[in-house]
Amino acid sequence: MSKSNSDFSVVGKRIPKLDAAQKAMGRAEYIQDIKLPGMLYGRILYSKYAHANIVKIDTSKAVALSGVHAVLTGEDVPEKMKMGFIKDNPPIKKGKVCSFRDEVAAVAAISPEIAKKALDLIEIEYEEQIGIFDPEKAMEKDSPLVHGHLKSNVLKMPWDIHYGDVEKAEKESAFVVEDRFTTQWVTHCCLGTSGAIALFDANDNLTIHTNTQIPSLAQKDFLESLKAMGLENKRVRVIKPIIGGGFGSKLDTYAYEHIAILLAHKCRKPVKIAFDRVEEFKATSTRQPTIIYIKQGCDKNGKLTFRDMRMVLDNGAHTSWGATTPSVMLMPISSLYRVENVKYVAKCVYTNNTYSQAMRGYGNPQATFAIESSMDMLAEKAGIDRIEIRRINRNQSGDETPQGLKITTCGLEECIDAVEKELKFDGKNEKGVGTGIASLIHVGGGARIYGSDGCGAILKMDDYGKVDVFTGGTDMGQGLDNIIAQIVAEELGLLAEDINVVHSDTDICPWDVGAHASRSTFVAGNAALGAAKKVKQKIQKFASKLFDVPAEKIEFKDKLVFVPGDQEKSMPLGKLLRKAHFSPGGTMLMAEYFYDPDNQNMGKELKGNMSMTYSFGAHGAKVKVDEETGKVEVLEYVAAHDVGRAINPLLLEGQVYGGVVMGLGYALTEEVTVKDGEIMNANFRDYKLFTAKDAVKIKAPIIETDDKDGPFGAKGIGEPGCVPTAPAIANAIYDAVGVRIKDLPITPEKVLVALKKKND
Amino acid sequence: MATNISFILNGDEISYEVKDHWTLSHLLREEMGLIGTKEGCGNGECGACTVIVDKLAVNSCLYLAIEVEGKIVETIEGLASTSGALHPIQQSFVKNGGIQCGFCSPGMIMSSKALLDKNPDANHEEIKHALAGNICRCTGYVQILESVEAVKNMGGQNE
Ligand code: FES
Ligand code: FES
Repeated sequence: MSKSNSDFSVVGKRIPKLDAAQKAMGRAEYIQDIKLPGMLYGRILYSKYAHANIVKIDTSKAVALSGVHAVLTGEDVPEKMKMGFIKDNPPIKKGKVCSFRDEVAAVAAISPEIAKKALDLIEIEYEEQIGIFDPEKAMEKDSPLVHGHLKSNVLKMPWDIHYGDVEKAEKESAFVVEDRFTTQWVTHCCLGTSGAIALFDANDNLTIHTNTQIPSLAQKDFLESLKAMGLENKRVRVIKPIIGGGFGSKLDTYAYEHIAILLAHKCRKPVKIAFDRVEEFKATSTRQPTIIYIKQGCDKNGKLTFRDMRMVLDNGAHTSWGATTPSVMLMPISSLYRVENVKYVAKCVYTNNTYSQAMRGYGNPQATFAIESSMDMLAEKAGIDRIEIRRINRNQSGDETPQGLKITTCGLEECIDAVEKELKFDGKNEKGVGTGIASLIHVGGGARIYGSDGCGAILKMDDYGKVDVFTGGTDMGQGLDNIIAQIVAEELGLLAEDINVVHSDTDICPWDVGAHASRSTFVAGNAALGAAKKVKQKIQKFASKLFDVPAEKIEFKDKLVFVPGDQEKSMPLGKLLRKAHFSPGGTMLMAEYFYDPDNQNMGKELKGNMSMTYSFGAHGAKVKVDEETGKVEVLEYVAAHDVGRAINPLLLEGQVYGGVVMGLGYALTEEVTVKDGEIMNANFRDYKLFTAKDAVKIKAPIIETDDKDGPFGAKGIGEPGCVPTAPAIANAIYDAVGVRIKDLPITPEKVLVALKKKND
Repeated sequence: MATNISFILNGDEISYEVKDHWTLSHLLREEMGLIGTKEGCGNGECGACTVIVDKLAVNSCLYLAIEVEGKIVETIEGLASTSGALHPIQQSFVKNGGIQCGFCSPGMIMSSKALLDKNPDANHEEIKHALAGNICRCTGYVQILESVEAVKNMGGQNE
């Protein structure tokens, strides 16, 4: 029988973030705040052109500047030191630059000011080349090449997928709609900028403090760099300090980290590189921009018959995880609503623009924007209510989708109901006001992107009933430490504050593949739960001798270990632990557990159940469009999610609110404007984030479906908040004033142009 | 050029030799080690560096250090009581989920304090207005606004 929240004493409670007081007092130390003895300051010089040959570099004046310890150019970078999953990107470029973001030199000096001055003294002669900035043009046969040694700008990626028979289904459809949608570059805008401090010990072992979401995988990248530098068999310790936001930006390793390593090795001193805001805009990666062609159809009853999608992805000049976002886009394309016949082709194309990375949603927001806009268009064409068409096609528990996703629990219908309850969808709003709805599916039980989707946990009890949990998971502000503390506390009958969660230090913490794919609550949570269960068994075994009862009779609650119904047989956990430690032949109460979910890699067929479970949601927006100015005001917003179980509703709502507002920025205001490869708005004045003034009334109904595989039934919820936001808004605008904007962000200018066209 | 200035910092009289080009955030963070004041942009765009000078919330990354001569400066480090108890605004942010990554939090809390010191009964619009210069990427502002709402009328006083 499924449990209700009243069965729990710690799980399901609104327990404030355990590190919040520290942060509220200004005592939390971010990379910006860390200074090590003798530390130097590194800085990077970027290209002046989008595409050029480097004819000559003269660093002599920079080298001669007092206070400068090292100057590096591409010549100083070992041949094999390359970044990105296809290793196409050296941390400093040699001979040629392919984007404004390309690194051409770096320095280390005794102060940030001197480092900056030194960069100004480096003289570089470039020979400009023709750049290519439009991915569709870059695909043409006679396009100039971004990388001359390749035959084409199109990357070799496997995204050509066909389930069922789309051609046949199209012929048999009663209604078909077809359109083109485009999405822009947006960027994470973590309030704490990127940074790293690298240092070597006397034996050339590396310690690197760095803003990362992937300590274990970063360790591997850095080890490879050391190997390229001729430093074989060395140790790398990755320590992540508290970070000022992640959102996917820290899922790869970057030039600044590898350059800090090179500089630290050369100078034999700690070297820190910390980005300023302009650099953060220009030299960190964006969300993958897309050009999307979508065609889908339904029968006369509104049942979806097929979905056919084609995308062009601007890969930029180098490759990071942006090029793999189609693997996640495939999920909503194949599995948002029941649709049997699905086709998806994606081409990633090199251009001389900046390159993309993971960003909250990992491709899902782009795909869902097209799918859910198109759903409304299809409903209209078929003459079916837009809520109804979603109900007709909703996913349901027990489904297996054409991609092979196994839907264990699905609360999509309840989410749609929750949205409908809050907002009016009868088309009877006042003039200029409209409502829109859009749904989502996302991985909620890990995601098998790599060979493993695992995470380790080590749990250690002290003498006083307190617990240290060493997790492979990474807290980056989202509150994973709380979630783990609540899970472990629940299992051991303790309070969340009794649990100390240690994370993000590879010398201490077990292995994990990183904080991505909304996987941490599910995977790191299950790992911690597994360790807690193991330690519980050990305590039961010890207590069973003490109390002279079978182990399974022993329970844990309110910091006591006891046999229910026998008042004599009860002992505070701390006392019991001391007994265990201090008695002759004592035992240490400690356990480790590695949880690797039973999900599947997508094979050659691009099929497989990549997650143990899926999160669902429906968002509803009520907007007011000013027909004079084109300005869209969001009056109300409802974001309902099937989260399995809310381990901590306070933090969960925080994830939803934050995701929604990030999604609203994506829908309405945010865009990295790029002109011939150059970023034109590298500051918060021109890159328009929502501020407190634009704050929106958001309701976040929580639907609990108690997933059988989740820790206490929980699914992941880190990303969904920003997934269907843009189509919910676009659909509401259409409902309000009858114009459909297919190009994000939906700026007042675009609305005005569309209104004018409609009225002409 | 350096100038000797005197000012009150979190209740203590301070005299400090400052270079003319130093910003207040540089003085606090780099010279005095008061890292609670954050820098998210260094250019007056994000509010992470907000401190209170003579009762006004200012961006310390734009404010010249020499300008605090004779003034009263409050930073996040001065908010908790000497016994370590959090200020009611800090408590409210903690309790209501106003803090995620925490990078914006000191600035948010200082902007809130400047508002509530002056206008303990601020209405929702006034709160939104007072925090408009403080960017937060994590929370969507919902729980931050709830934090400030919840502590209205108890704001200005320590303890
Ligand atoms: S750091 Fe001062 S406003 Fe951003
Ligand atoms: S809590 Fe992260 S920026 Fe506000």
